[in-house]
Amino acid sequence: MNNTETKKKFNIGEFYSKLGPLVALLVLVIFVSVLNSSFLNINNIMNLLQQISVNALIAFGMQFVILTAGIDLSVGSILALSGAFMAQLILMGCPPIFAFAIGMITGAIFGAVNGVLIAYGKAAPFIATLATAAIFRGATYVLTNGNPITGKTMNNDFSFLFLGQGYLFGIPFQVYVMVIMYALAYVLLHKTTFGRKTYALGGNEKAAFVAGVNTKKITIWIYVIAGFLSAVAGMILTSQLSSAQPDAGTGYEMDAIAAVVLGGTSLAGGKGKMFGTLVGALIIGVLNNGMNLLGISSFYQQIVKGIVILIAVLLDRKQAKA
Amino acid sequence: MDIEMKNISKAFGQNKVLRDVNFSIHSGEVHALMGENGAGKSTMMNILTGLLSADGGEILVDGQKTLFKNALDAEQHGIAFIHQEMNNFADMSVVENMFLNRELKKGFGMLDMKTMREQAKDALDKLGVDISVDTPVGSLSVGRQQTIEIAKSLMNKTQVLIMDEPTAALSENEIAKLFTIIGSLREQGVAIIYISHRMEEIFEISDRLTVMRDGLTINTYETSETDVKQIVHDMVGRDMGDFYPDRQPKFGNELLQVKGLTSGDTFKDVNFSVRSGEILAFSGLMGAGRTEIMRAIFGVDKLDSGDIFVNGEKVEIKTPEQAIKHNIGFLTENRKDEGLILDGSLSENIDLPSIDGFTKNGFIDEKADKDFVDMLMKRLGVKAQSSQDLASSLSGGNQQKVVLAKWVGSGAQILILDEPTRGVDVGAKREIYDLMNELTDRGTAIIMVSSDLDEVLGFSDNIVVVYEGKIQGEIATKDATQDKVMTLATGGEINE
Repeated sequence: MNNTETKKKFNIGEFYSKLGPLVALLVLVIFVSVLNSSFLNINNIMNLLQQISVNALIAFGMQFVILTAGIDLSVGSILALSGAFMAQLILMGCPPIFAFAIGMITGAIFGAVNGVLIAYGKAAPFIATLATAAIFRGATYVLTNGNPITGKTMNNDFSFLFLGQGYLFGIPFQVYVMVIMYALAYVLLHKTTFGRKTYALGGNEKAAFVAGVNTKKITIWIYVIAGFLSAVAGMILTSQLSSAQPDAGTGYEMDAIAAVVLGGTSLAGGKGKMFGTLVGALIIGVLNNGMNLLGISSFYQQIVKGIVILIAVLLDRKQAKA
Repeated sequence: MDIEMKNISKAFGQNKVLRDVNFSIHSGEVHALMGENGAGKSTMMNILTGLLSADGGEILVDGQKTLFKNALDAEQHGIAFIHQEMNNFADMSVVENMFLNRELKKGFGMLDMKTMREQAKDALDKLGVDISVDTPVGSLSVGRQQTIEIAKSLMNKTQVLIMDEPTAALSENEIAKLFTIIGSLREQGVAIIYISHRMEEIFEISDRLTVMRDGLTINTYETSETDVKQIVHDMVGRDMGDFYPDRQPKFGNELLQVKGLTSGDTFKDVNFSVRSGEILAFSGLMGAGRTEIMRAIFGVDKLDSGDIFVNGEKVEIKTPEQAIKHNIGFLTENRKDEGLILDGSLSENIDLPSIDGFTKNGFIDEKADKDFVDMLMKRLGVKAQSSQDLASSLSGGNQQKVVLAKWVGSGAQILILDEPTRGVDVGAKREIYDLMNELTDRGTAIIMVSSDLDEVLGFSDNIVVVYEGKIQGEIATKDATQDKVMTLATGGEINE
């Protein structure tokens, strides 16, 4: 009751949650560009943005999930399954634009399955999405027969390839998709009542329920958003590779979770900003890109990435204790 | 053991929370410590038990200058602190809890369960309670859990026992038992420091009492030589007038009526109604089913059968969302668990039930939202720097006002307040009563569930008494006495 300290002590955890991600990104950028001047080359920047867009899209969805103290381990499988589904439609002669739309809707439906299991089945998000991740992945193998889906109709179709390979005003088209989705996610989270209820749900689910928040409905919608954005990432990846790979997106949930946590969002729910997640995705992107430029072996890259994530998590704990 | 704390001072940063306070306790004495939240009681006790170190002053134990290094050190010297929030492990048994971290062992590090059981049983027997030492603690009532904490401290040959709000969650029965235990401890020469907000208890149990305010010890009295008025004056620094404000109710229509509410064995065939302008108190023992009835009406828990009428119309309420649409508000008994988002700002807490009303083209109208929150904070006298402060940074009384602000703001016409003044200091209590008066003057119907019999008798219009899930009787407050309410609450009948 008497912790009203007037002189605030400097707390590194609290500092990190406010400005840390951005500072970390800047330091990283300066560090890499000093060691290798071609990092800031415009081509490399475009390359970098293209590389992060898939992870960033998944991370935007993951941000909503983690804000409610949940987790979605099925995003990589949803990416693969909706991508394969879309590719199959194109092979069957469906115009790409419709195939994209249907692919994204299927992703949203897979997300809804997760949401219903968690909201109504009261399954722990970790286990529920671990199970659906296996189911969706298995379904992808069944659908693809274990082989990549590709064909002439795909390889020659401009509108299909443009999503993942095209440029508009010198910028990869998928970067526009990422920016638009970021803007939508930002507005949804910070400017609408849906966002406020998401924070309330993550902060204290029981209190939110008593205050009239339809917690089940919000939970389902959050997993729908995660599924939808994973499917969008799936469309981009399929277009980029000109084919749907049965094992596409394996392990992508980890990079998405890492981006969210690096961005200062608390795994305990209720705290974190969409901008942080964008920065988090950029940090991971710069790290990958920079280490490639510096010629660091991919074995060591894994270790460095792991260490960076650990540091972010430890800083998060420090903040929670303060 | 006699303890004297002399000229103790303590500051957190610039904030002086204790200024040259003096306090003493003798063996065989119950010394009550009173004061509003933030007066410095806990800090002083934390210094005594080594949890905090003082900036100045000294502690004399039996005349010897002593400084406990930490809580364990104090405990080994026979000073035990039973905190308001108990540190029990619900899934572990009574004996496991009592010997936690000081387990008795046989050879090879094996636990000596037999001796531990015997000692635990002994300690409980001394307190005259019959609890199996193998029961998981979580399955016991709060009162019994507390008894276990006391028993645990007695095994340590405790000579000074500090109890912080020990009765906050106890029923009348359990309080009576606790007082018997305190009485026998006093006879055995244990010194007891008793922190509480409840006046009637203090006068019943204590030998001396000390009032603190703003980090100062204002006065120490022999309990027999002072009265409530004096104590309240010392606590708030001014005269409070009567403790409960006057009620001059004007009743209007029946706003809420329930018929035949039933939920399993918890409550059966509950019928009552509350009118516009009325404060209807719900009294009864802990576990009688009062809270459960309210939770079901508000849609938090399920009902098996029964009908709810709002403004004479039958309504269906399955979730709090629906209840709020019918202009019902519900302040839950446990504000940290279900009332507040502690890590959220005051603004995020206050506008939560009303947020859907503050949108423009689908977006939150930040300006209107902020004005709304500021208006409510001002109206309810929430003491905070700004609406962006975290709810966890406020005192209990201010937190309760935030929860109230939420429901006042939602425009609730029927307010269910479950223990609205629990854990709230005297000043804030009075402000909450004043607000309830103001709300009923404007036609709100209030249902007040309270375990504080004084409050029920002092500040309501009608009293419903619940016993074992049934409504045992309803009496007008002006005809009610403590005896009548207790008779009903224990299953008796009153014939007039």
